[in-house]
Amino acid sequence: MAATDTPRTRITWDYAPAPESPDHVRLRDSYGLFIGGAFVDPRDGQRVPSINPATEEPVAEVAFGGAQDVAAAVEAARAAQPRWAALPGRERAKYVFRIARLIQERARELAIVESLDGGKPIRESRDVDIPLAAAHFFHYAGWADKLRYGVAGRETAPYGVVGQVVPWNFPLLMAAWKLAPALACGNTSVLKPAETTPLTALLLAEICQEAELPDGVVNIVPGDGTTGAAVVRSDVDKVAFTGSTAVGKDIQAALAGRGVGLTLELGGKSANVIFEDAALDQAVEGIVQGIFFNQGHVCCAGSRLLIQESVADEVTAKLWDRMRLLRVGDPLDKNTDVGAINSAEQLERIEALVEAGVEEGAVRRSVACDLPERGWWFAPTIFTEVAPAHRIAVEEIFGPVVSVLTFRTQAEAIENANNSRYGLAAGIWTDKGSKAFEVARALKAGVIWQNTYNKFDPTAAFGGYKESGFGREGGAAGLRPYLRVS
Amino acid sequence: MSPRLNVRKTYKLYVGGAFVRSESGRYDRALGADDEHLANIPRASRKDVRDAMAAARKAAGPWAARTAYNRGQILYRAAEALESRGDELAARVGEARGSDGAASAAAEIAAAVDVLVHYAGWTDKLPAVLGGVNPVAMPYLSFSLPEPTGVVGVIAPDEPPLLGLVAELAPALAAGNTVVAVISERWPLPALDFAEVLGVSDVPGGVINLLSGRRAELAPALGAHRDLNAIVDAAGDPELSADLDRLAAETVKRARHAPAATSYEAATDDALARLEAVTELKTAWHPVGA
Amino acid sequence: MIRRLPHVDHVGIEERAAWLGKRSIKTSAKAEGIRLAVSMVDLTTLEGQDTPGKVRQLSAKAVCPAPDMPEIPSVAAVCVYPALVPTVHAALEGSGVKTAAVSTGFPAGQTSLSIKLRETEETVAAGADEIDMVISREAFLAGDDARVMEEIVRVKEACGEAHLKVIIETAELGSYDHVRHASMLAMEAGADFIKTSTGKAASGATPGVTLVMLEAIRDYVERTGRPVGMKAAGGVSTSKAALHRLVLVKETLGDDWLTPDRFRIGASSLLNDLLMQYAKTKDGRYGRSEDYSKE
Repeated sequence: MAATDTPRTRITWDYAPAPESPDHVRLRDSYGLFIGGAFVDPRDGQRVPSINPATEEPVAEVAFGGAQDVAAAVEAARAAQPRWAALPGRERAKYVFRIARLIQERARELAIVESLDGGKPIRESRDVDIPLAAAHFFHYAGWADKLRYGVAGRETAPYGVVGQVVPWNFPLLMAAWKLAPALACGNTSVLKPAETTPLTALLLAEICQEAELPDGVVNIVPGDGTTGAAVVRSDVDKVAFTGSTAVGKDIQAALAGRGVGLTLELGGKSANVIFEDAALDQAVEGIVQGIFFNQGHVCCAGSRLLIQESVADEVTAKLWDRMRLLRVGDPLDKNTDVGAINSAEQLERIEALVEAGVEEGAVRRSVACDLPERGWWFAPTIFTEVAPAHRIAVEEIFGPVVSVLTFRTQAEAIENANNSRYGLAAGIWTDKGSKAFEVARALKAGVIWQNTYNKFDPTAAFGGYKESGFGREGGAAGLRPYLRVS
Repeated sequence: MSPRLNVRKTYKLYVGGAFVRSESGRYDRALGADDEHLANIPRASRKDVRDAMAAARKAAGPWAARTAYNRGQILYRAAEALESRGDELAARVGEARGSDGAASAAAEIAAAVDVLVHYAGWTDKLPAVLGGVNPVAMPYLSFSLPEPTGVVGVIAPDEPPLLGLVAELAPALAAGNTVVAVISERWPLPALDFAEVLGVSDVPGGVINLLSGRRAELAPALGAHRDLNAIVDAAGDPELSADLDRLAAETVKRARHAPAATSYEAATDDALARLEAVTELKTAWHPVGA
Repeated sequence: MIRRLPHVDHVGIEERAAWLGKRSIKTSAKAEGIRLAVSMVDLTTLEGQDTPGKVRQLSAKAVCPAPDMPEIPSVAAVCVYPALVPTVHAALEGSGVKTAAVSTGFPAGQTSLSIKLRETEETVAAGADEIDMVISREAFLAGDDARVMEEIVRVKEACGEAHLKVIIETAELGSYDHVRHASMLAMEAGADFIKTSTGKAASGATPGVTLVMLEAIRDYVERTGRPVGMKAAGGVSTSKAALHRLVLVKETLGDDWLTPDRFRIGASSLLNDLLMQYAKTKDGRYGRSEDYSKE
C-alpha cells in the first residue's frame, strides 16, 4: 500500500505562467519607411522607439514620415498604379494569394510582435487577429478576377491611389481590411499605421517584398496625427480611415469640395440587449466577449449592456462572477485574458471617464487584480445604476468598462438602443427567432449580432450607421468603396 | 559501369483517397502520339464506378460541411501541388502532343493551375452571387442559399487531357460537391499523375475519384447510377450526350453538356453557368415579429 | 404536465468549452493538475469478461498507481458491476479508495423499478460505498419527468449510507437543453453527483456537455445551497482532456470543486496517460506504454 500524499483536502490549483517565447522572432533594430518597394530613410520625418505598453520598454525603432515622405510615397503609388491595374485580374489575384500564404507561414512571429507592440493577449493575436488577416487577403484575392460578379452588370475601374489610415487596436488586421480589397480592385496604396503600433505593418511590408509585389503598389508610412493629415491632404484619389469619430469628422471636413472618395469606420457605443428568454449563461459569455475582448479597445464593443429588468439582477450577478475570472496581465502569457492598455494617453482617457461615471452617481465595481508595476493597465469594470444620460452611457470609453442599463419591453429596448449618435453594432440575445429578426430590423446599427458578439469574417460586411461612419468592409460590399462604378 | 535501370510506375485508379487497381484486373495500354507504348493503365469496370460512387457519397457530407474558406484553402493548395510538379505533368502532356508540343504542354499545365486558383476563390463568394435575401411582401425574413447538389459525375474530354478535366472538376468542387470522373481515354497519364498530385494535397479522400478505361463502358455506368446527383459531360460525343440525357431522366439528374475547355478563358468565362449547374438553391422563410 | 426546457445556446456553449480548452497548463501546474486528476479517477471496468482476478489487480493499481512515483496519490474509487463488489471491497479494505458500483439495470436501465431497487440494496449490502445509477431514458424521452425523478428518489432511499451518482446518459438525450433539464431533475431528486455517461453510448463527457452540467450545478447550488458533485465519464482518455475538464470545473464552480468529494473522472486507460505525462514533467522525456502496468 502506498503512503501517498493524497490531495483529499481542498487545494488551490492555479495555472503556472505559460509564456509564449519570443526568441524565434526576428525584428530589426530600426525600420525605415516602406516606399517604392524598399525601406528608406525618412526625408523630413524622424525615428522613434515603438513602446511595449506592458513593460514601457522599446520593442524596435521605426521611422515616422514627414510631409515630404508622404508625398514620396504617394508618388510611388501613383507611378505603380497603371501597370498594377492593367494586370489581368488572375495575376493580381496570385500576388494577393501569396501575401495571404506568407502571413500564414509567419503567423506566430506576427502574433508575438502584435502583442509586444500593442498589448493585446497573445491568445487573441494568435487565434483571431493573424488568422483573420490572412483570411482577408485570401478572400479578396479571389475577387480580383471576379469583379464583374461582385458589382453585377456594371463597368468598374479602380479609384487609383488610396490613402489608408488604420488604428492601434487591431493593427495588422485593420491593415489587411484596408489593403486586401484595395489591391484586388487594382488600386495602389499609401498605408499609415497607428502611432503606437507600426511594427506588424512593417513586417507586412517585408511580406510584400517576399511576395515580389511590384514596387510602389503598397507603401507603408508610420507616423502620428500629422502624418495622417498629410496623407489625407495629399494627391490620393480616395481616403479610407478607421479611428475615432472626432478625427473622422476632421477628415471629412478636410476633404470637402475635393471630390476625393471617402469611407469612414469610426467609434461606437454599441448596445448589447439581453432579453429574459435568452440562454443566459451564453449571454453572459457574449457580454464578456463583447466588452472585455481586446481590453474593450474595439469600435463595436458592446459597451452599453441593456438587460430586461426581469433578469437584470441574475445577469448582473453572473456577469460579475464571470468578470472575476478574467486574468489581467502579461500579454505574452497564453492564459492572459485582458492585456495592457495601449498607451498612457488611452489609460488617462479611460480613467477620466470612469471617474466621471462615479461622480455622476453610477455604482462602480472593478475586479481586484494583481497588476504589474510597469505598464498601463485597467481592471475590468462594471457600472450599474447607470442612467441613459450619464457620460459613461453616452461617450465611447474604449476600455474594459461596461455600463448596465435596464429596460422593460422590447419597444423600450429598441428605443434606448437607437438613442445614440453612434450606430456601429448591436447584440440581441433571445431564444425566439422572430424576435431576434424583428429587433434586428428595428436597430439602427450596421452590424447585428444575434446570440453572439464580436464575430468577424472576411465575407461579412462590416460598418456603421450615423456617426459610426459610412462604407463597408468585407464581402462583395467591401469591393465597392474601391471601385468607380459606372 | 552498366546504365542504371529505372523503377517503372504502376498506374492505379484514384478512389476514396487511395491508389487501387481495377477490381476487374483488366488493363489497357496507354499509347503516345506515335502509338508507342508508354505504360499500362487500369481498365476500370462498372464495379469500380460503384466503389467510386460509394466513396464520393461518403465524402460528400463532410466536404460540404467544411467552411467555404477551408474548401478554398484546399483547392488553392491543390494548385500549389500541381504547380510544384508542373514539369512532370508537362512531360506527360507532352507525350500526347508529340515532338513539338513542349511549350503548349507547359501552357496547359499553367492554365490548369490558374483554373484551380480561380475556382479556389469562388468557394466563399458563391452565396453572395447566387443567393440573397428576398424582400417578400409579408412579415418574413426570406433568404436563398446555394448548396452543393451532392455527387457530380464528370466525363472528361480526350483533349486537352489535363486542363479539360480540371475545368470540369474545379467548379464542382468549389460548389461543395464531390466528384467521380471518367478521364481521357486516349491520353490517360496526365490525369493519373494528377491523381498523385491530389494524393499529396489536402483534398480529403473520396472528394475526387478518377477512373481510367473505356469511356463507352464507364460513362453510361456512371450516368445510370441512381445515387449520382448531376452529370457534367465534356466528351463532345453527341450520341453519348443523348444517352446520358436519357439515363439522367430516370432520376431527374441535373445534366450539363459543354465543349472541352481548351484555355483558361474557356474554363472560367462561364464560371457562373458551370457553378450553377451543380448547385441547388434553398429558400427559407422565418417570421419577423415579437 | 408540460415540460419547459431551459435554453442553452449550442454554438455559445461549445465556443466557451473550447475556449477554456486553450488554457495553457504547464510545468508545476501540469504536474499538480495531473496529481489532482489521478486523485479524482474512478478506475473503471465494466465488461462481461470481468472476473475476481481482474478486479483484484485493478484494485491494487487503484491504491498504488505508480510504485516508482510515490507522490502519485491513490485514485478516488474503483467502479465495477455488482457481481464484483465483494472482491473489490475486500481488496480495497483500509486503503481509503471507495468501492463504487453501477446499478439499476446499467447501462440501458430498461427494467422494472422493483428490480432496480433490489439490485441497489443488494449491492450496497455487499459493500458498495457509491452507487452509479442510470436515469430512465425511456421515461425522459417520453416527457415523463415525474417518473424520472420518482425513480431517483427511490434509488436514493435504497442507497442508505452509500452516496448516489445519477447518470443522465447525455448522448441519448437530444440536445444541450435536454442535458441541462435532466441535470436539474436529478439534482432536485436528491442526487449526490450527476454523471454524464455510462461509457457505453456513442459519446461521453464532451467539453460541451460537461460545461452544461457544471453550469447547472452552479445554478442549483446558488438556489438551494446544497452542493452536488459532477462525474465526467466517457471519452476522457488523455491527460490533456482530463486537464481540460479540470479547467472547466475551476472556471465554472471554482476551486471548492477541485476535490474528489465534488468531481470525478470515470476512466480506464486515462490513468496510464496521466502517469506518463506526469513522468514527462519530471524528466522531460516522451514516454512509452510499456513503462506502466496494464493493471
